[in-house]
Amino acid sequence: MLFWIEKISLVVLVFCVTLVIAMYATLAERKFAAFFQDRIGPDRAGPFGLLQPLADGIKFFFKEEFIPANADRFLFVLGPCLSMIAACMTTAVIPWGHDIVIFGQTMALQIADLNVGVLYLAGVVSLGVYGIMIGGWASNNKYSVLSAIRASSQMISYELAMGLALIALVMHTGSLSLREIVQAQHGGHWNVFFQPLGFLLFLICSFAEANRVPFDLAECETELVGGYHTEYSSMKLGFYLFAEYINMFIASAVMSALYFGGYHFPGLYHIGLSDNSAALVGVGVFFLKIAAFMFFFIWIRWTLPRFRYDQLMRLGWKILLPLAIANMIFTGFLSLLLG
Amino acid sequence: MVTLFLVLSLLTVLSALCVVFTRNLIYSVLSLIVCFFAIAGHYVLLKASFLAVIQVIVYAGAIMVLFLFMLMLMNLNKKAEASKPFSLKVVAVGVCLLVLVALVSIVFLSAPRVCFAPLAPVSGSVSALGPLLFNEYAIPFELTSILFLSAVAGVVMIGSYGKKAKKQ
Repeated sequence: MLFWIEKISLVVLVFCVTLVIAMYATLAERKFAAFFQDRIGPDRAGPFGLLQPLADGIKFFFKEEFIPANADRFLFVLGPCLSMIAACMTTAVIPWGHDIVIFGQTMALQIADLNVGVLYLAGVVSLGVYGIMIGGWASNNKYSVLSAIRASSQMISYELAMGLALIALVMHTGSLSLREIVQAQHGGHWNVFFQPLGFLLFLICSFAEANRVPFDLAECETELVGGYHTEYSSMKLGFYLFAEYINMFIASAVMSALYFGGYHFPGLYHIGLSDNSAALVGVGVFFLKIAAFMFFFIWIRWTLPRFRYDQLMRLGWKILLPLAIANMIFTGFLSLLLG
Repeated sequence: MVTLFLVLSLLTVLSALCVVFTRNLIYSVLSLIVCFFAIAGHYVLLKASFLAVIQVIVYAGAIMVLFLFMLMLMNLNKKAEASKPFSLKVVAVGVCLLVLVALVSIVFLSAPRVCFAPLAPVSGSVSALGPLLFNEYAIPFELTSILFLSAVAGVVMIGSYGKKAKKQ
């Protein structure tokens, strides 16, 4: 019973935190975009525009819900739902912090410690494309279908390099459980120092999987109107846009956990905190790392132009994939020689 | 456990029937994805979490995306559906029935050897599978990889052949 209460409260908490962070990521994006373009950005709703995401949400709910006449109604609704579900599912395996002891009960700050956690990540990422594909096809719009096709071929191309980068990481740490991977990085042994190329590959592929600039060809507005969500309005459009920010948050969390030590920071055990407060500080540090990565996502979006489609495919298949294979072979040889 | 098994089995069978009986090809592919998920659920119930995740990554995540991709490119609808001659339909039904007989007979003939009880959690984990694959089943494993390699080579050949023909 206690187990279920613990897990359910953790699920609800993680879900709420994810949504709130995704909400404020939209504000952060607009504020930073304004900064990079020497503007002021949204500042009308609340102090410093802090209520802007709420205003956006209310607006989404009150917009007319429109389904095109020749659209497949069921799939049209299913598309944004799948996008949202796939985006939220990844949070289940991310270790947010050390165990916390409350009233003599040890509580793990991770929803599920799967022994195949890394593979679960890869699996959920590969499902993320269905929302875009189904929504794009169901809209019965040429631009949307083109976007859906672009999105799926892009996802498949970059998944390969991402998977191979993950395999090299797993060879280095010797575990598929995210919790064990994070724990192996304590004391400054962050994986990014041992797998620099792997991290770079993973970072690039995360941009592609999250459909962010410079890889946002699926919603390239200069060519495809709005891409897969051209026909969407109201909260269904909101779901698609929201899923993008959740994906960005999750990608940042995964990168911090896999390569940047997760909730560890140098000197964690030397400042003399009690276990519980050290764990809480660790959670804070983890979120700082996530925030840094999210800033990086935003920074790239407002400074780099978009790829052309053939450039995107060439980068994926002719540069990233061979590099990932070389990285994997090199890691294998090294761990044979040293291990 | 038993209720989960029943729900998953019902889902598997229903979605499999849906694959065959629905006229819309996109729905057919989507129900096949649901079917694969239900099968992955069965693997989880049998404590084979590695197999379950691989099932989702490979079938639901990669192969079915390609299927959907192809269907979207072809833009099939009811009008474009080719009507097949009656004799071909009879042959198709006959072949399917033969496959059914073969599958059912496998289940009945090998009944004593099939184990329905959930195995120990360790047996399905990666650390148990790895040594098994690379020691006991090393030769079949390597043979499979050669098979895959030849498939890759074939795909590259077919792809480059089309390019050459275009240039000429």
